[in-house]
Amino acid sequence: MNDVIEQWQEKVRSAAAEGMSLRPRGGGTKDFFGRRADGEVLDTRALSGIVSYEPTELVVTVRAGTPLAELESMLAERGQRLPFEPPHFGDGATVGGCVASGLSGPSRLAVGALRDFVLGVKIIDGQGDLLAFGGQVMKNVAGYDVSRLFAGSLGTLGLLCEISLKVLPRPAVERTLCLGMGPADAVEHLNQWGGQPLPISASSWHEGELRLRLSGAEAAVAAAVARIGGEEVDAVDAQAWWRALREQRLAFFAEGDLPLWRLAVPSTTAPMTGDWFIEWGGGQRWLRSDASAEEIRRIASGVGGHATLFRGGDRDGEVFQPLAAPLMMIQRRLKQAFDPAGVFSPGRLYNGF
Amino acid sequence: MASITDAALAGEVEADFSAVDKARVVEALSRLLPAGALMFETEDLRPYECDGLSAYRQLPMVVALPTTEEQVVGILKLCHEMGVPVVARGAGTGLSGGALPHQFGVLLSMARFNRILSVDVPARVAHVQPGVRNLAISEAVAHHGLYYAPDPSSQIACTIGGNVAENSGGVHCLKYGLTVHNVLRVRGVTIEGDIVEFGSLAPDVPGYDLLAAMIGSEGMLAVATEVAVKLTPKPQLAQCVLAAFDDVVRAGDAVAAIIAAGIIPAGLEMMDQPATAAVEEFVHAGYPLDAKAILLCESDGTPEEVAEEIERMRAVLEQGGATEIRVSRDEAERLRFWAGRKAAFPAAGRISPDYYCMDGTIPRKRVGEMLSAIQEMEKKYGLRCINVFHAGDGNLHPLILFDANQPGELERAEAFGADILELSVALGGTVTGEHGVGVEKINQMCSQFTKPEIATFFRVKAAFDPAGLLNPGKAIPTLNRCAEYGRLRVSGGQLPHPELPRF
Ligand SMILES: Cc1cc2nc3c(=O)[nH]c(=O)nc-3n(C[C@H](O)[C@H](O)[C@H](O)COP(=O)(O)OP(=O)(O)OC[C@H]3O[C@@H](n4cnc5c(N)ncnc54)[C@H](O)[C@@H]3O)c2cc1C
Ligand SMILES: Cc1cc2nc3c(=O)[nH]c(=O)nc-3n(C[C@H](O)[C@H](O)[C@H](O)COP(=O)(O)OP(=O)(O)OC[C@H]3O[C@@H](n4cnc5c(N)ncnc54)[C@H](O)[C@@H]3O)c2cc1C
Repeated sequence: MNDVIEQWQEKVRSAAAEGMSLRPRGGGTKDFFGRRADGEVLDTRALSGIVSYEPTELVVTVRAGTPLAELESMLAERGQRLPFEPPHFGDGATVGGCVASGLSGPSRLAVGALRDFVLGVKIIDGQGDLLAFGGQVMKNVAGYDVSRLFAGSLGTLGLLCEISLKVLPRPAVERTLCLGMGPADAVEHLNQWGGQPLPISASSWHEGELRLRLSGAEAAVAAAVARIGGEEVDAVDAQAWWRALREQRLAFFAEGDLPLWRLAVPSTTAPMTGDWFIEWGGGQRWLRSDASAEEIRRIASGVGGHATLFRGGDRDGEVFQPLAAPLMMIQRRLKQAFDPAGVFSPGRLYNGF
Repeated sequence: MASITDAALAGEVEADFSAVDKARVVEALSRLLPAGALMFETEDLRPYECDGLSAYRQLPMVVALPTTEEQVVGILKLCHEMGVPVVARGAGTGLSGGALPHQFGVLLSMARFNRILSVDVPARVAHVQPGVRNLAISEAVAHHGLYYAPDPSSQIACTIGGNVAENSGGVHCLKYGLTVHNVLRVRGVTIEGDIVEFGSLAPDVPGYDLLAAMIGSEGMLAVATEVAVKLTPKPQLAQCVLAAFDDVVRAGDAVAAIIAAGIIPAGLEMMDQPATAAVEEFVHAGYPLDAKAILLCESDGTPEEVAEEIERMRAVLEQGGATEIRVSRDEAERLRFWAGRKAAFPAAGRISPDYYCMDGTIPRKRVGEMLSAIQEMEKKYGLRCINVFHAGDGNLHPLILFDANQPGELERAEAFGADILELSVALGGTVTGEHGVGVEKINQMCSQFTKPEIATFFRVKAAFDPAGLLNPGKAIPTLNRCAEYGRLRVSGGQLPHPELPRF
């Protein structure tokens, strides 16, 4: 594997010297995401495999090109999983692409985001240097938290070579409830339940149906089911349904051709009019709309949130909500710090980087 | 006006601030701050000369005690213009010298930022000023059935600003996470005087994760002026198992066995025999004194869930060879179990004039190896060491006992500590799990990171603080320092612990 890394370092160095750009790419399952970026594709799948996995340490270290599915099935064999339930968005998803896109699945609000589970990275920076940050241990404050900067960096900061992730045991039991209610009630209930010690691990609301997934010890889940009420969804159907939600295969996401917007808002935000799909205890709300980006962003920032043009629409404009000027300046300088020649996926995140 | 060379900004050499003109700085600051918010006479500066790592002391040039964000902006802009270093300070309980003043700098005490601004109960968020004490948040929201989860042992005193800067943890962070997992947004001021908001009340902000960079950054990137923390529902019930072992390695193995059984305890702590003896004398927790190690293993949740989990824990611990197992029968007994663990530092202070607390993290499976090595080091340095561990996450707090009044003991304690940290790195871990690098572990950073990695850290700092004025000289060693340290430590091309594979 070291020869692959050395080849990549060489490639980066010559790209930097010649003013060329490279676009790290795993399975290409998230090509739709982010802005359109130029650059010669650097296929990361050549660097694949598990570096180390010890279930009792709750840590796995994998090479960036490892298929996500391979990692997940290895963890499952030992009764563990990636707690943040990353979406694959296709068969070939790699771990590197998963971390670089920074996307979390239905359990986001209950267990935390992908970035919360990143413990360490080994990367190649824009000068071709191989650097390691963080590590394989759960608590580590030596140096700035560079590893988490790479979560969601969309390949613009450097080339991920190895990633260490915290893993957790799979819950003993999962049960899903379905309750009929309107969006305002749903948002109110979700926040009320969120303030109580209930094992809610995922939620979704669409067209009058609120679905709740409860995960944990058998007794705790049973008590919560009794307390919340509603109708229990058959276990197999429920599993398929949460997976379809994570992979955006439900009709709301998969059908129609209006651009798909993701609004992240404070969870207590009152529902807005329109056909919304609500997740994450009220914190993530999806909308299909061809309204202008300005208008949608105004709605999002009006409630203290932000909007992402997730699929479709104009991929040459900004797809992520522009940041306040001082933050944008720090972001630009960070890009410079890791990739002074602008080798990696220029423009994928924001115009200019 | 003082200016910093490019070589200093790139982290090659220490910056030189000796040209800072105290009289001019005092004069300029006195125009920004009311009387009583600025101190520059030696006797007024004395209380600020050190933090919890009292072996290092330095009087600041001046102390500023702002009460408003506007004043913080003013102070930082002024220091930026005049090239003056700024060191932020919370409660000064830090254990790595992070808040150690700068001889030519402003010590920016955030102590007067001590208000809880608002609590949004439905959203489970508290908005607090950085000088609010950690425990004060949990106390303020307790009647809503909520609390702020990270609970450093210093929680009655330490501030949220300090917690953010150190990414502090507590005994419950295996299950509930560290500061980084429980803070939603940090509002702060950059050295250029810009007000910035890292993170958001909405999940997953776009762009690079500046909040993650800010947390644990030891006051080197920005000064926090407001923090939004996540509140967690209080579990209905918590119960604690105390298990005794006649062998430390067996206790370490039991920790791994609990995790292997798919249990994530709410807390999982370990103490060795000397530590148990020291605290028992102090708080009378009822710990078994004949055990070579004890484990404290906590379960929380609904009563049914706790009952189920406690039984599973008991089974694993019995299988793992525990010589005695006690389950707390009520809240009073649970708190007594914990009282001993939480009093470990003061207990060390009672049995020894001075103690030096280490903070390495290693993979759990190597705890036994580390403990045997520490026993050897006790002989080598002629000093005693008592061990308390956040066993669940491999974070070790060996407390090296010494007497600073005995010539040579402080130096031996420091060398002992350095040895432990180097071994932590060699075992695949890190020099600091939660106390920060500060000035204390700055040399050992040279063992953990390569030259280009250290240079990258300096560039990351420059992205936030291009002038290099926030807490200069801390957390990240200059390459020059590493070269000198390398000369000191690596003799005849030999790395410390050559018998171990290098990670
Ligand atoms: C007895 C004892 C037990 C402890 N137990 C634990 C424990 O269990 N877990 C743990 O993690 N730590 C523990 N600590 C260490 C310490 O309490 C923590 O590091 C704490 O977070 C420091 O908070 P403070 O307010 O005292 O900060 P200070 O010591 O004043 O400062 C610490 C750092 O924060 C920076 N800082 C402070 N305020 C700001 C601000 N507003 N903006 C930017 N930077 C700022 C300072 O510059 C400095 O670098 C313990 C310490 C003691 C003495
Ligand atoms: C000035 C200085 C002083 C030091 N002092 C000490 C000390 O006192 N004690 C101590 O224990 N250590 C010290 N170190 C660190 C130590 O020298 C090495 O960083 C470490 O021990 C590994 O040694 P190395 O020679 O294999 O690493 P290097 O010489 O840095 O690298 C060797 C090879 O490994 C490759 N490599 C580097 N990083 C990675 C990576 N992340 N992933 C994969 N391959 C990589 C390089 O490309 C190179 O081919 C010091 C370092 C410096 C710069």
